[in-house]
Amino acid sequence: MLRVAESSYKIYNMTQGKLLEVDVGVGGITTSFRPRALGDDLHSESMIVNMGPAHPATHGTIRVVVELSGEKIIDADVDVGYLHRGFEKMCETVDYNQVMPYTDRLNYVSPLINNFGWCLTIEKLLGIEAPKRAQYIRVILSEISRVSDHLTCLGASAMELGAFTVMLYMMEARESLWALIEEVTGARLTVSYGRVGGVKDDLTEGFAGRMQDAFKKVREHLANSDRLLTRNRIFIDRMCDIGILTAEEAIGLSLTGPMLRGSGVNYDVRKAFPYSSYEEFDFEVPLGTKGDNYDRFLVRLNEMEQSLRICEQAIARLPQGAIIVDDPHIALVSKDQVYNSIDGMINHFELVMYGVKPPKGSAYQAVEGGNGELGFYVVSDGSGKPYRAHVGAPSFIHMGSLRKMLLGRNLSDLIPTFGMINMIGGECDR
Amino acid sequence: MERERRSIEDLKQILTATCAEIIEESVLELGDLILTVKASNLTELLRLCRDSKELSFNLLVDITAVDWLDSREVRFEVVYQLLSLANLWRLTIKVALSEDSPEIATATTLWAGANFLEREVWDMFGIRFTGHPDLRRILMYDEFIGHPLRKDYPVQGKQPRIALRMPEVENTARRMQRPELVSIRTSKVSAPKSQSAEGSRE
Repeated sequence: MLRVAESSYKIYNMTQGKLLEVDVGVGGITTSFRPRALGDDLHSESMIVNMGPAHPATHGTIRVVVELSGEKIIDADVDVGYLHRGFEKMCETVDYNQVMPYTDRLNYVSPLINNFGWCLTIEKLLGIEAPKRAQYIRVILSEISRVSDHLTCLGASAMELGAFTVMLYMMEARESLWALIEEVTGARLTVSYGRVGGVKDDLTEGFAGRMQDAFKKVREHLANSDRLLTRNRIFIDRMCDIGILTAEEAIGLSLTGPMLRGSGVNYDVRKAFPYSSYEEFDFEVPLGTKGDNYDRFLVRLNEMEQSLRICEQAIARLPQGAIIVDDPHIALVSKDQVYNSIDGMINHFELVMYGVKPPKGSAYQAVEGGNGELGFYVVSDGSGKPYRAHVGAPSFIHMGSLRKMLLGRNLSDLIPTFGMINMIGGECDR
Repeated sequence: MERERRSIEDLKQILTATCAEIIEESVLELGDLILTVKASNLTELLRLCRDSKELSFNLLVDITAVDWLDSREVRFEVVYQLLSLANLWRLTIKVALSEDSPEIATATTLWAGANFLEREVWDMFGIRFTGHPDLRRILMYDEFIGHPLRKDYPVQGKQPRIALRMPEVENTARRMQRPELVSIRTSKVSAPKSQSAEGSRE
């Protein structure tokens, strides 16, 4: 058992201009917790256990300090921020298209959704819309990313509950999807594929065929994983009736995405505020009934099939045409023009040196990310760089609900509950 | 489940009918309704937006802030994003806060989800949320000096190394006979003794 470090030391606090006593807490860990006397028959004391930031059973750099009475969690302190890189501060120093590689590193399992979310926000500020073909390509790649995001979430969570085979099936399925993404974007994770006003490249020759092959494999793996998990006694025991949030609680905690839909609230940004022509596709929004971890699992499992359906519809109806807007102030002109005409060269130079310049104003644009509503709030001061860029990251908001879901549960319930939040460190800590 | 989609104009009408005296300004920008209110009226407006049957902005999507430094008279701006699940409306609420007293009432009394969001704004901008149950830093560590997203915080700002979290624990390096390479207590890197090492550092 960890003993309390009976010390507190002084830290200079800039904002108040005076010395502030800061509690060092347990084992040198800053926390407000102190073991307390429990009013039970044994006259025992609670125990404080520190999990993380590098715990083998939590995929993500996160620390949870739990106060235990036996195995029951009586209090929890969720500590995020170990992967903070200053995304928002960095965005203020580069131009709008240069932010793209930074957005890749938010939710790095589905970087394309972040790319397109950023693009859509800037397009909203500019008052433009990407060409139809680019919108369809965005839809296809976003949905492939969403499937890979859900596969990662469910695979890793299943592994933490002992189902290693499922993890391997799902990683193999994800691999075939990432092969598709690599084929189009040239990279597996750090894709930087979105561009303000469209996308970087067109789909490759024969993409539709390879996508069908990959989807066949994914469906096979999903069916196998479904057989291994959904009616598995051990899995059900660990997932059912754990981490329950009612619809009202989920809304009050600002949850979105599979977490909110697991509680039975029908809110999907793709349906509620369609962007990138999502209104043209036929898909369903799976909803949970109880709001426990098992519901969140089922929502994700069913969403994957819906995402595959969207991809198939989009590829069948893929319109012809440009993949980026034809505006030299927003998109790079063709190399042919750059080398052979003076205005082409000037346009290229201006765009590379000064970037896209949206008019003054602010815009909030949300997309349905893998984990929930991914919102970008961008303030433009009319220059080539964002004055302020903010990401409303679902992982971060969902981590705020972890404490509520854990209180009164066993320590072992922390693992599936945390797994179903699917916290992605890059997105949570920014 | 198909919900009736009501236009943003309807929202503007309802808002001007119900709480015109609180709202300082309401503008439609890029298809979104943006309200500006005084800090003292914020809680009242948020409560009204959440509880009114007609509005029912039940989901608090996001809280963030903008630092205008010298380009505006009032330095800070706190931005709330609300969402009405019943009517599918989005609403942005902006509150200006002066540099001298960057304080605003907390929204945690209305939405539990505001807890983490407000802690982030406090951490990044140093805006205090009065009545917040647990206003600690969240992304930065406790010893961090300043608030990184303020415009006067340098992009490549360096922070001092922090002291050991458990000073009473004896460091194994203290038992060494040779001079120590890094002094832990003073947080200073002592200069290497040998000449060659000095040269390679230059």
